[in-house]
Amino acid sequence: MISRRHFLHATAAAHALAVASGLGPLGRAAAQQRLSEQDILRFEPLGQVTILHVTDIHAQLVPLYFREPSINLGVGPAKGKPPHLTDQAFRDFFKIAGGTAEAHALTSDDFTALARTYGRMGGMDRVSRLISAIRAERGADKVLLLDGGDTWQGSWTALQTRGDDMVQVMNALGVEAMTSHWEFTYGEDRVKELAEKSKAAFLAQNVRDNEWQEAVFEPRKTFEKGGAKIAVIGQAFPRTPIANPRWMIPKWEFGLREEDIQKQVDEARAEGADVVVLLSHNGFDVDAKLATRVNGIDVILTAHTHDAMPGVVTAGRTILVASGSHGKFVSRLDLDIRDKKVTGYRYKLLPVFSDAITPDPSMAGLVHTIRKPFATELAQEIGRTDSLLFRRGNFNGTFDDLIAQAMLAERDAEIALTPGFRWGGTLLPGDAITFDAIANATAITYPACYRMEMTGAQLKDVLEDVADNIFHPDPYFQGGGDMVRVGGVGYAIDVSAPMGRRISDLTLLKSGRPLEASRPYTVAGWASVNQGTQGPPIWDVVKAHVARHKTVRIEPNSAVKVTGA
Amino acid sequence: MAGPVVYRTRRSVLHMAALAAAASVIAPRLSKADAKAVEAEIKKLYDGKTIADGRVKLDVPQIAENGLVVPITVDVESPMTEQNYVKAVHVYADGNPLPGVFTFRFSPLSGRASASTRMRLAQTQNIVAVAEMSDGSLFTTKAEVKVTIGGCGG
Repeated sequence: MISRRHFLHATAAAHALAVASGLGPLGRAAAQQRLSEQDILRFEPLGQVTILHVTDIHAQLVPLYFREPSINLGVGPAKGKPPHLTDQAFRDFFKIAGGTAEAHALTSDDFTALARTYGRMGGMDRVSRLISAIRAERGADKVLLLDGGDTWQGSWTALQTRGDDMVQVMNALGVEAMTSHWEFTYGEDRVKELAEKSKAAFLAQNVRDNEWQEAVFEPRKTFEKGGAKIAVIGQAFPRTPIANPRWMIPKWEFGLREEDIQKQVDEARAEGADVVVLLSHNGFDVDAKLATRVNGIDVILTAHTHDAMPGVVTAGRTILVASGSHGKFVSRLDLDIRDKKVTGYRYKLLPVFSDAITPDPSMAGLVHTIRKPFATELAQEIGRTDSLLFRRGNFNGTFDDLIAQAMLAERDAEIALTPGFRWGGTLLPGDAITFDAIANATAITYPACYRMEMTGAQLKDVLEDVADNIFHPDPYFQGGGDMVRVGGVGYAIDVSAPMGRRISDLTLLKSGRPLEASRPYTVAGWASVNQGTQGPPIWDVVKAHVARHKTVRIEPNSAVKVTGA
Repeated sequence: MAGPVVYRTRRSVLHMAALAAAASVIAPRLSKADAKAVEAEIKKLYDGKTIADGRVKLDVPQIAENGLVVPITVDVESPMTEQNYVKAVHVYADGNPLPGVFTFRFSPLSGRASASTRMRLAQTQNIVAVAEMSDGSLFTTKAEVKVTIGGCGG
């Protein structure tokens, strides 16, 4: 089965400390507190072609803190395998010493102390600097820069410019092809408009118009780099119309369309491609399965699930790359190509430590210009936090607990539901909660905070359904998000149980009593995918709550009990 | 060929206004038509004749993007000659209150025994297609379609 063929490439682990694989000698440099741009960039080039991959930037123009998950459970064939490892297990697997720069970049424990040591990560001016340096060293004609999508959404400036700011930035970076997911939440017309404006080819083999089943976007594009023909097939997030509002893209159909990917691969080969790359927004586990079922893909650049791995995973002859999110990393993959075959590769996940990398002045200027009209609004300090506010993890994160508390209080609800998004920055204890930070966790095009009645039975159904989209043992049934966050209720979850039997012990925290199946409860939530949802935008709800309290302190959530992992 | 008769379920997919975060459609978990009972029902319709697996290809999404209009294509392997052709394909949804969804009828003049339409599914269930051949033999296949509220992340 998959577990047999889909083995981890031994070298990824064994050479995690070698110059060309993993984060390389960063650890030593960091231990000596001399982390430099050269350390980050150091790479012994291989072969004719360099592929650079960025993904899931979520419109983060400036450096931020982003805490990786402490709980990231794998189910079925993915159980206990990377990327489903966290903290000590992750460091053991990739041979990373605790307390080092790469430990901080890739794992969550001791986050606050290490964040203070190593500083913020990302920033498009730093990403630009790294990409320019690699182009200069390697020769620009050998470098292909690809973006896995979830680029145009996630910040106030992206929301206010309806994605235009990110198109400007990605054009300036010189991205050559992209695929998409959250981009679609700007609606059909806007996506087409921006795809036109984007210098990157907008590739999506799996988006069809639902009347004639014709391709809406170019499925693939071939690039010549270092004398090799590289065919790039785009794969948009297959479940966009389920996970996001379908009414915003009423004429488009998605889906995985495995057989069509195979056709694209075969056509690309027939046209003489030396290398076939799938620029995918499927999510890591979906791609790991897909790699065992579609023949002839050399490289899958994964996205969506925000996994960052300092080594590749291989399935048969397919190399899978996981480049993280929020501009924290740039992936570099060098390929040696002979007789239309990839005969060697070398990989490094470059961590974008903003304090170590010189900003590229022209990109810094562009970012400044983009943010300037919104500067006062963004810098507005709404309150402060006494505790770490983070989002990522399979169950409740403290930033989501803050949002849930805001909804309970400001909307006078008994229960709050907040979506298991994987994007949004982290704030350290003592940090200001600016409007910028609130928007980074909430900026979407369907932000209405609704208030309605739901029975205990309906609430359980919602939790069961969402849980099945995360913990279904077959990755093709996984949606790639985290569990819907709850406020005002606790529950137990057995992740290994089948659909309908995972959730139990639903308890109303205020009374300590079990939720009654037939009793209606007042529920507040946001990010409903239904058209015409009423309520104030969620950022106003959070802002009002934080402004009222001035200083917030969120204790780790103990109301969700997890078993079966 | 007769136009497809699309059966509409009594209870449509229940859209609850602004339901859950990251959630769209709550399929009410009313008692599901029993898959085994539906299977027995199909056997009865064909007088207990043997229904063999194979020859029928059913193209439905594993996960419905919209339970109100789930695309379905059925394709049956057949030379479609006067001597040997597909007479009809019957499609059943074992989670619907009345499981018969539609019947496509063919003749040798159809050229190919292939047809597409859309159907409404209120909840996750199996779609069963039964092909009736000109010699009276029967073939079947089955596919599950998941109807979900989603849950979104990345």
